[in-house]
Formats: sequence, C-alpha cells, structure tokens
Amino acid sequence: MSDIRVRGFAGSINSPNPFWLASAPPTNCGEQIMRAFDAGWGGAVWKTIGEPVTNVSSRYSATDWNGLRIMGFNNIELISDRSVEDNLREMAEVKKRYPHHAVIASLMVASNREAWHEIVMRSEDAGADGLELNFGCPHGMSERGMGSAVGQVPEYAEMITAWVKEKARTPVLVKLTPNITDIRTVARAAKRGGADGLSAINTINSITGIDLDTLVPRPNVDGKTSHGGYCGPAVKPIALNMVQQVMADPESALPLSGIGGIETWRDAAEFILLGCGTVQVCTAVMHYGYRIVEDMAEGLESWMRSKKFDRIEDFRGLSLNRVTDWKNLNLNYKIVARIDESKCIGCDLCHIACWDGAHQCIHLDRVTGPVNGHVELHPTPAQNEAHSRASITVTPVTRKERAAAGATHGPYMTPIDRIPRVDETECVGCNLCSLVCPVDQCITMVRVDSGVPAETWEERTHGLSCAVEPHRS
Amino acid sequence: MSTTTLPDDPQLRERFTELKPPLTPQAATIEANRCLYCFDAPCTVACPTHIDVPGFIKRIASGNLRGSAMRILDANILGGSCSRACPVDILCEGACVMHKQGRHPIRIGQLQRHAIDAFHDAGGDVQTAPRGSRHVRVACIGAGPASLACAAELCRQGAKATVVERRALPGGLNTYGVAEYKLRAAESLREIEMIRRMGVEFRFGAGIESAEDLKELESEFDFIFLGLGLGAMQQLNIPGEESEGVMNALELIAGYKTGRIRELAGTVVVVGAGNTAIDAANAARRLGAETVYLLYRRGERDIPAFESEYEHSKVEGVQFLWRRQPMAIRADAHGVLLLDTVQVREVDKELVPIPDSKLTIACHLVVPAIGQSPITDLMRDFCRIEVRDGQIVIDHATGQTGNPRYFAGGDCTNGGREVVDAVADGKRSALAMLKIAEAMYV
Repeated sequence: MSDIRVRGFAGSINSPNPFWLASAPPTNCGEQIMRAFDAGWGGAVWKTIGEPVTNVSSRYSATDWNGLRIMGFNNIELISDRSVEDNLREMAEVKKRYPHHAVIASLMVASNREAWHEIVMRSEDAGADGLELNFGCPHGMSERGMGSAVGQVPEYAEMITAWVKEKARTPVLVKLTPNITDIRTVARAAKRGGADGLSAINTINSITGIDLDTLVPRPNVDGKTSHGGYCGPAVKPIALNMVQQVMADPESALPLSGIGGIETWRDAAEFILLGCGTVQVCTAVMHYGYRIVEDMAEGLESWMRSKKFDRIEDFRGLSLNRVTDWKNLNLNYKIVARIDESKCIGCDLCHIACWDGAHQCIHLDRVTGPVNGHVELHPTPAQNEAHSRASITVTPVTRKERAAAGATHGPYMTPIDRIPRVDETECVGCNLCSLVCPVDQCITMVRVDSGVPAETWEERTHGLSCAVEPHRS
Repeated sequence: MSTTTLPDDPQLRERFTELKPPLTPQAATIEANRCLYCFDAPCTVACPTHIDVPGFIKRIASGNLRGSAMRILDANILGGSCSRACPVDILCEGACVMHKQGRHPIRIGQLQRHAIDAFHDAGGDVQTAPRGSRHVRVACIGAGPASLACAAELCRQGAKATVVERRALPGGLNTYGVAEYKLRAAESLREIEMIRRMGVEFRFGAGIESAEDLKELESEFDFIFLGLGLGAMQQLNIPGEESEGVMNALELIAGYKTGRIRELAGTVVVVGAGNTAIDAANAARRLGAETVYLLYRRGERDIPAFESEYEHSKVEGVQFLWRRQPMAIRADAHGVLLLDTVQVREVDKELVPIPDSKLTIACHLVVPAIGQSPITDLMRDFCRIEVRDGQIVIDHATGQTGNPRYFAGGDCTNGGREVVDAVADGKRSALAMLKIAEAMYV
C-alpha cells in the first residue's frame, strides 16, 4: 500500500488523506462534517465563519453540457448564516471526536485588526488545526469590503495576513481569488504577510446563462440575478494554470491546497503533480454526496502504487518543471496524425475538423485497399454521376439485399472510402483530429524525425544556438 | 374537404399500445447529444429519402425543434409515418457508426418522431411557394405514400397537384395497412391533413377504372403520376378458399384499424411469412385470438420478413409451423374451419409433399398473406407503359415511364417495398416533372 496520509502540511496540519472538503455548503455544520469524515474525507474547511449573513433564494445555477448536468456550477450564497458561537461550539465537538482529521476554520470579518484578532483566537480555542483566510469570495461579501475585495488588492491582503499572524498559533492559509489579472501578485503579498500556505482557486465571476423565456439570467431571485462564483469541472483547467503559476514562482510558492473542479482521484493527482499538498472539493460533493471520496482515496492509492510512489511527497510537483514559457519549446519537434484503419468507424469527424478548423490535410479520397500517404486514382465526374444514378438507395427488403447492404469493401470494418487519409507532408501535428476522434487510440500522433536538432524560439532569436537567421531580401 | 375522419377508439389504442413509445423531451435531448454528428453521415446515405439525420438530431439537441422537423420534412414529407413505420434497423440505424464501436446506435427513428410530433402538436405548417407559380398541373393516382410525396413536393414548389383516390380515406397502406402499434391510422391522417394544407387537392371515391377516366385526366393535367400500389392479395388457390372465415391479411389489418373488426377468438392461422403476415399474426394475437399459427412452406431461415419483425412476433406469442403448406379448407358442422396442411421438403428448389404428413388444424380464421398481385393491366394497355414482372418500368432517377407524360413510383414500380421508398420515388418524380416543365415554359 502506498501512504496517502498528509503530514505537517503548511507546518503542522495532518490528515489521513489529502482530500479535504472546501469551505462551502458541504461543511456548513458539525453534523455534516462528522458524516463526511465517516465517509472518508481527510479534512474539512468550515463554511466561512464571520458575522452571520442573510442569504437569498435561489442561490445556485449550473451550466449543463450536451444533456449532462453541471459542467459548471455557480452560486451567490454568502458566508455562514449561522452564529459564530454555534459554528465554534460544533467545531470543538468535531475536533474532540475526530482528533486526527484536519479541521480548518475559514474566516472572514470586517477589515480591522481587532476583529481579525478576535476571530483567530476564538477559532483556535475551538480546536481548529489551521485557519483559511477567505480573500476570495467574489459575490456579495466583496460589496461589503471583504472577500475578493481584499484578495484583489495585494496591500490589503498582506496587511490582514500580517494581523492574523500576530495572533495565530496554527498555520494560516490564504485563499486566493482568480478574479485578478495575475494571481501571483496576491500570492506574493500573502507570503510577505507571513502566510504559511495558500488555497487556490476560489470561484470565478460568472453569469451561467439566461432563461430564454423570461430573459432573466440564472439564478433568478425575484426577477433579477447577481454575478456568482463559477466552479465545477469546467474551471479545472483554469485552476491548474493558476496553481502552476503560483507554485512556479519562488516569491509566491507556499504549501498549497488545490481547489477547482476536482471530482476524481485523477483530478487530484494532477493538482498534486503541480505542487499541491492537499486538494479541496465542493461541487462534486454537492452533486453526488460525500461518498465520492471512497473512489478518490482508492484510486489515488492504486495509481501511486502502480507508479511506485510510496508517499504523496514522492510525486508532488513532478510536473511543475514540465511547464515552461512558449519560447522554450522545441520548434523542431514534429508529430503527425496516424489513423488506425482497423479502429476507424467512418464518422469522418477528423476530416471535417481538419478541413474546416485546421490545416486541410485529412482527405476523404481513398478508393482502394491499404495505403497510407499516397494519392490514388479517382473516378471522373461522369463516372461519379453514372454511379450515383445506378445506386439509388432503396430499403434492402430481400435477404440478399440485406446481406449486401451490410457488407463493406476493403479489409476493414469501415469501407475504404470512408476512412480518411492523412497527408503527412502537410500535417502540422496540431492534435485536433485526435481530439475529435470518438474512438480511443484510433488517431495517434506519431513522432517523425525532422532531421534537425532541437531549437527553441529563444535560441533562434537570441543566437544561443548556431542557427543563422534566414536571409530576407 | 378535411382528410381526418377516423374516430378515436380507446379499446384499439389499449390493445395496440405502441411498440416504441415517444421519448420524453429530456430523453430526446440526451439521445440527440449521443449523436457524433458524422460528416457525410452513413445514416443519411442509408435513408432512401436522404434525410439529413445529423442535421435534424443536432437541432433537437439545441432545442430547435421546428428547425429539426423542417429538416426532416424537406427531405421526406411523410417523415412522421416513416419515423414509426421504417425498418430503421436495416436503414439509418443499421448504418450508424456506433455499431462499429459496439455501442447502441442512435435512436434515429424515435428522435425523428419526437421532432415531427412536436411540429404537429404546435400546429406546424410547411411553407410553400405561391400556388400556381410553377405552371405544372399533375394528377397523382392513388393516395398512398408515393402520390402524397409527389403531390406535396409539387405544391411546395408552387405547382398544382391533385390526388385521386378510390377509397374513402387517403394514405394507402399508411392508413390502412401499417400495424397500429407502429403507426396509428389517426397519425397517418394527421400527416396528410398537413399535406392538404400545403395545397394538395384530394378527390376521394374516384377510382380510375377505364381508358375514358384516364383520358379525362390527360386532358386536365400535364403529367400523371401513378402511385397505384399493388392489387388484391394473392389467393392460395386451394379448395374452400371462399369459405366464410377466410380473410386476407390486408383485409384483417384494414378491418381492425378502421374499427370494423374489434375482436377475435380461438385459433387463427396465417399463411405466409412476410412482414404483412407477421403484422396480421400479431394483430390476431392482440385482438384476442388464443392461438395464432404462422404457416410457412419453407424454413425459419428463409422467411422474407425482417429479422426484427420475426423476433417481435415470437414475443407476441405467434407460433410457427415450418415447411408446411395448406391443401384445402373445409368447414365442419359447427362453423369451425378445418385447414388441411401437409409437410413439404425442398427438392431441386421444388417443394415436394412428404407422404403421410397431413395435419388438419381446426381454426376460426384463415389469413392468406402471400403477397399482393400487380394491377397494371389498364396502364399497360392504354398508356403504352411497359410492365415487367408485374411492375411498371421507370427510369429510377426520374420516375418517368416509357410514356413521357406518365411517371410512377412506390409499390407498383418496385413490387412492394417500404413507405420510405415510395416517398423517395414520389419526390424524385415531382422534381423531374418540374424540371421538364421549366424547360418547356422558360
């Protein structure tokens, strides 16, 4: 068994696994969090504690995609609507019953030193293993000078982090908002302020859609809406990019709890490969319940074992140096698309995608048996017309006709004339065809030897290699 | 004159519950989203009317249901009845590339039905060019799918079309002959009502019996389209065939669909194993017959019915008697029929009776279902139209017969295929007539 425990995250936070619940409705009260721990979650960031709010109904909306629910999720719910006393009393209870799980207090109070000092001390007295400063909430609270209103101004973020650090005895995590031009500016400020770790990303400003009958955007609150925070599977790529930006920047990098569209162990592994020490999940739990953590823990452990990673630290951050600036990419690396004729089902989506959306190098011009690459002899337009006249489609009603209709020509299950041909001399290796192909491993991108040594744009333009600038007349 | 005149019959509806119930809107959206949206899609090629299948499915996925229906009706004005009656497993759905991945093909038929039903439910109408804007007048003889498709296409493009029908209701086999659990007569009529609103004129009870009738049509119209279908069902040619209690399959099907036959009991023997025989046998079961035998002179592997129809009939409880031929029908004193049959075997493609294999089946109804006979004598004799093997000879690309004013399509030209084939024929003929007319008037 590989060990998926988390030890000493951001200094001193331990948990039985890296899967934490993010500060959100699934961590609204002690009873929920205890059930979550029973289900297998390693930690929980308490729904943000502060001066209780009044919420609106409705609060959530979603973006469905192709008939599937919740590709992206949006909320306009504020922080906890329960009193600080209730939350902290329950927190103490949870900590007493689950001493080995991580309980993090997410905090948001008015921007003055005393208020922050007080909430920090009370939370730690209740037994919190760490504090997460909510500088990220993009809706509602920001209008009151809190949440992302702090997280978008590095000076505020640094100042409040420093206030918290004056009192905090447990690790302090700063939760970053993505609603900013460069997330690193606030990460750096938090680090300057003394933060022990970071959480990223919070939700992204969004309007999920508009009801085309009422013309009111969702979620509808008595005929109006307000921009909400976007999360769920749709935001994962954005979150991964921001995680990479933070972790690759020495002035920003801190122990990081990754957040954003994590639904499976695969997602979690990707965040950890970019440097996260723990991950936080909300939307997937709101969709399917706490039970999803079982597969996350099993799947991660099993993948680690197959990769011979004994501990999380063994693979944490391993993909970080695989991300670089564009100028450092090898311009002479060449791949081309190869179509496996035996797998092709003849949907020809690669053809139309390449033709209309890429570089016009996948052709539907095959008329004979196995070839790859060359052009074949084709019928004349007159022959084509005669053929189409002679082959008017009718329902195959007799057994003979039915047998003939099911037959293909050529050695593959798909007729040769429906299997596209890649012109490898024109193929730029963009990947598009392999992305649209609905069949696994049917189109693969194969490396071809360009016969030229590796060279980057940086090397080409700054003379770091021997390459000579092409002469222009 | 309205074309919808069949009363709703709850008992019929209950007995003939639909084989494929409609998809809910959400199920349709999910199914539509499964479609890969193939380029130059094989399903479209496989459809005789070449409906843009991925095109209409994409529109269902996006919620553009009217656009979806229009996409279907553009190619196939009887898209509604085809969505129910088509043997999709050997047409569009059979061609779906999903098969090649071992996945269930897209439910194209049910999606098509979903779009067309929504169109009808919203009282949708098909846009047509101004009536008379094309100088062509066409008479379509017979109100079956071929004629309807021909007339609708002509009207859509601004020509005048009149459908001449000897029966009281239009639709041909769509109304009178397709199993009710696939296509209800009322739905066929609803579709034809839409075609009537497009400007197609109907003359009912107007059989074309003589050369004079045809001459009259020739004087009134530029072109005549023959959508005659096939003739009466073929006889068994055995003694006792005229007995009461012998009723051919089409009679039985038309009878229950129009409410004349409401109930059967006892034992029914259907002779033949084509799709119509299967329809009749299933209908007999659903109408209450306890035992239904399907008698076929060859073996299970030789039956002309589609695989799916055969499988379905087993589910309906039809029992099969293979390699058995009817010899005579007798009536006993209590009005029960005695059907004498004999086992046969194939010797050099000839069926030879096996000695001492006689079996007499006591039954209440014998249903011959061994095909329809051609009815093209009049045409051949009067109109100088070539008839070969009982089928009117046409140029398949245009539907034109040897007589340039006469076009033909559907069962009378192909010996009996599917609704969708008839629609394709009718449409091709209409387009060819318009092309000829354009050349004449420009």
